Amino acid sequence: MKASRWKNQWPLHLMIWPAVALLFVYSYVPIAGALFMAFQKFNPAKGVFASPWVGLDNFRYIFSMPDMGRVLFNTVYIASMKIVAGLLVPIAFALMLNEVRVAAVKRTFQTLVYLPHFLSWVILSGILIDILSPSEGIVNKAIAGIGLQPVFFLTDNRWFPFVLVTSDVWKEFGYATIIYLAALTSINPALYEAAEIDGASRWKRTIYVSLPGMAPIIVLMAALSLGNVLNAGFEQIFNLYNALVYESGDVIDTLVYRIGLEQAQYSVATAVGLFKSLVSMFFIVISYGLAYRFANYRLF
Amino acid sequence: MLLLAARKWKGGWSGGILYAILLVSSLLCLFPLVHVVAVSFSSSHAAASGSVVLWPEEATLSSYRFVFRQRQFLEAAWISAQRVALATAVGFVLTGLAAYPLSREPREFAGRTLYAWYFAFVLFFGGGLIPLYMTVKDTHLLDTIWALVIPGAVPVFNVLLLLNFFRGLPRGLEESAKLDGAGHFKVLLRIYLPLSLPALATTTLFTMVAHWNNWFDGLIYMNAKDNYPLQTLLQTIVIAKDAQFSSIQDAAAMALISDRTVHSAQIVVAAFPILLVYPFLQRFFIKGIVLGSVKE
Repeated sequence: MKASRWKNQWPLHLMIWPAVALLFVYSYVPIAGALFMAFQKFNPAKGVFASPWVGLDNFRYIFSMPDMGRVLFNTVYIASMKIVAGLLVPIAFALMLNEVRVAAVKRTFQTLVYLPHFLSWVILSGILIDILSPSEGIVNKAIAGIGLQPVFFLTDNRWFPFVLVTSDVWKEFGYATIIYLAALTSINPALYEAAEIDGASRWKRTIYVSLPGMAPIIVLMAALSLGNVLNAGFEQIFNLYNALVYESGDVIDTLVYRIGLEQAQYSVATAVGLFKSLVSMFFIVISYGLAYRFANYRLF
Repeated sequence: MLLLAARKWKGGWSGGILYAILLVSSLLCLFPLVHVVAVSFSSSHAAASGSVVLWPEEATLSSYRFVFRQRQFLEAAWISAQRVALATAVGFVLTGLAAYPLSREPREFAGRTLYAWYFAFVLFFGGGLIPLYMTVKDTHLLDTIWALVIPGAVPVFNVLLLLNFFRGLPRGLEESAKLDGAGHFKVLLRIYLPLSLPALATTTLFTMVAHWNNWFDGLIYMNAKDNYPLQTLLQTIVIAKDAQFSSIQDAAAMALISDRTVHSAQIVVAAFPILLVYPFLQRFFIKGIVLGSVKE
């Protein structure tokens, strides 16, 4: 019995092993490496097996850093605003788009708004830096045109988080709309007809038919987005920030980059990264748990 | 099209407001993109004067001429093309090969659940930036094109997408093929892959776009700037404003181009392949994303 099972199943093992091996080297080895390096004073010349152990010193150091509290706050603050805006805007847009009855018009709107999703943060940041420039940018030309002072969007701590959230919505809302729109299209048209016959206005139909029809997918997306509570968006912030807005824009991931790759404090950066991974995993497990409980969502 | 929509309209003023909001927000989305295109085709003088909004002023191709004469820019584009080709091929093979066994029931494939968790775990937990960098360094990939392909060669998200698609396919075909003596490899190649074209188009598009757009791995894994892919080079020029690249020395050219118009042209060139690809795959793509939305 055992032998015949192997005879049937060896091709399946053969198929999966290239991916298993690559994941081992480039996902599992770094995890093991992090568990070593975070508790060592890592020296690249010696490697993880010969570098001296320092216990919890790296963690003590990072939590005594004067910037750490601010960085943690920025991370959670920016990420939470993005989560909320990233849920509300696509839902609202999908509800409006759903009222458009001509399929071609609907598709055109949809195609136009999800274009930015496919462009990298390098390209989008390059564009944002141009249009938001206080001297040459078109946005500030318009602001000057109505007689106001130029706004330093990318160097003013009052404005910077707002720019981050708005530009993140700009990039992602169109793409997220697709999912909600798909849920809306699968609502039984008879429900709308019945509501119309009963004299429900457009607004009432939205509240009593469309929204409940979308509810399961809204719950699912909300639950899953909880896992991003420490992901403030490294690629975006890295390409938009500068020393003037560290106060409002520096987050865990940008801090790890600067400590690790610019200052070459490998162990400290790894400890910060490991701390983030552990807290994130906690939230991701909760978010998947909620998604499973309330939306019957399973990964595989 | 809008007229057509308006004629069909029965909704009164609330409908008018609705269309206005949709139109304005869509145009706002596109405005920055169109503006940067307009700047890239304008003279430096017009761009600086602020008269360029959505249409080029003193239209000229000078910025593009300058960009296409920059050897390093062209070489970086070639590196990006290579990485996209390699990563798409490697990713396609690995995704198909891994998704098939994972789509079996545990009784057909002992260890299936264990393998599935092994794949899914990396979505929950990672070692972080520095340990990954050290691993790439220790496997001698730094400053080679493989540093851009191999570390992310297994797109776990795509594997999950494809395995869920495989599970939705009717089992009858497969069973009759097996009765005719087809093995697992043949079933995958002749039945599963041809039936999964929408999902495969989606995962391939994801891979291609992700690799064309990825700039960060180039920044950390390449020491020599000659090895940068296009988006990394663009990051260095447009965002980090590396002085090495902001040298428009030719005085005659200065009259027509500036850093600003050249950067705009570079941005447009780097975005162009994406603009070219995404409308064509849209039909497949929307199918795929809806399927992916149920299984993130």
